Amino acid sequence: MDEIVAEFIKRTILKIPMAEMMTILKAWDFLSESQLQTINFRKRKESLVHDLVMLCEEKHANVNDAALLDIIYTQFHRHQKVWDVFQMTKEPGEDIDLFDMKQFKSSFKRILQRALKNVSVTFRDAEENAVWIRIAWGTQCKKPNQYKPTYVVYYSQTPYAFISSSRLRSSIPLLGQALTVASKHHRIVKMDFRSRYLDSLKAIVFKQYNQTFETHNATTPLQERNLGLDINMDSRIIHENIIEKDRVQRVTQEIFGDYPQPRLEFAQYKLETKFKSDLNRGILAERKEPLRCLVKFSSPNLLEALKSLAPAGIADAPLSPLLTCIPQKRMNYFKIKDK
Amino acid sequence: MSVLRPQDQLPGLNAATILLVGKEDALLQPLADSMLKEDCASTLRVHLAHSLPLPSDVNRPRIDLIVFVVNLHSKYSLQNVEESLRHVDATFFLGKVGFLVTGAGRDSHCSVHRNSVLKLAQAYRSPLLFCDLEVEGFRVTMAQRLVRMLQICAGHVPGISALNLLSLMRSSENPCLEDL
Repeated sequence: MDEIVAEFIKRTILKIPMAEMMTILKAWDFLSESQLQTINFRKRKESLVHDLVMLCEEKHANVNDAALLDIIYTQFHRHQKVWDVFQMTKEPGEDIDLFDMKQFKSSFKRILQRALKNVSVTFRDAEENAVWIRIAWGTQCKKPNQYKPTYVVYYSQTPYAFISSSRLRSSIPLLGQALTVASKHHRIVKMDFRSRYLDSLKAIVFKQYNQTFETHNATTPLQERNLGLDINMDSRIIHENIIEKDRVQRVTQEIFGDYPQPRLEFAQYKLETKFKSDLNRGILAERKEPLRCLVKFSSPNLLEALKSLAPAGIADAPLSPLLTCIPQKRMNYFKIKDK
Repeated sequence: MSVLRPQDQLPGLNAATILLVGKEDALLQPLADSMLKEDCASTLRVHLAHSLPLPSDVNRPRIDLIVFVVNLHSKYSLQNVEESLRHVDATFFLGKVGFLVTGAGRDSHCSVHRNSVLKLAQAYRSPLLFCDLEVEGFRVTMAQRLVRMLQICAGHVPGISALNLLSLMRSSENPCLEDL
């Protein structure tokens, strides 16, 4: 085991919080149970890391083993990255090929290696036919840099891939090419859709959460809920707008559904529209150029926040379709122009 | 469009009714609860409305005091109050209207300037009360005060009328611009 690998393992283990250490090491499955038992996990982290690296050295860990550990760490801490969604398309006439994971992996790796020579690619199969790919980039004459990798999560037989945002923008076209060729697609486009919560992105992209349609029997729970509210309420308090409140509840439910919303933490709207006003002769009214401005919404849970705007009386129901179309359109970065 | 008038109906026996107007139920509901917990000889009733005019197809007792709740965090809330005010008869402003402003505690969240509510209250010659309704202690105190005002407006306190109270409050708390 060379020094680079030892250093890589050391740095990766140092990142892992003590509480998760055992779970992650077990998921890694590189050190055996009995080896792990020889280690005292109550020691200070530095000396614990030292012991673990010694064990790895005995077992001749290579870069690939170390990269696997890094993937597992990232799987546990996926919300620390910002994920971009990429959509791939096929040519209209193309047949659906049988998908072979082995073939996908080897051709993906081959394309990157042919272009860059120095690149390390690691795969780890995950639940639901997903594969996590970790790519450490190098160049023709430089060893791959293990500390600025790109992670790709690809769900086999779907046209979607999730790629962690990184500062190495130059590598994205090559990565896209490798993905399309390996998965036998034709084109890849970056969607205007990104979030920290990979699982929520996935739920929206694959439409895995309840959206609307199951509301045909929704009137009963709504009435029951209202009855429950009335019982708790003092009879001396009279809501004048009870009908309006019901309408707001119903409209909100129709738009957002019954279930908890997937988590997104931002939405951005770039406006490039001409200034319009009912009052003529404003300074801005005569401008030929569009008025540029950027509106950003951010919240720990944006969709849930939007859902509660109208019932809380902060906005009118129904909300603007621009705000509610995020899950349907699968985008949270918008550019708005005249028409 | 029905205009709300104070003398449309006869008062109920020993009844005092307050109307709280504001968009945010989350603020109004706890205030209403605190008011009802107050010890009071009159029979209290609290009506909550998002905006005026009120739906016309219901029977409701005579309203003795209207309080408009403005949240400084939302321009929409001020706009809503301004529009609702058009549906209140002028005679209500002889002491039976109040403005309650909340949210001044967190300055960074404010999107309505305090001056604009101040001007609103002055334009309608009605008392302006500040209270952070999210803080329980403040809310309870405000509830006490509103109950007391309501009793006066309903005519349950001998020797003082709504108009009396209005002139007392104006001189002490918010002098008009022209007075300054």
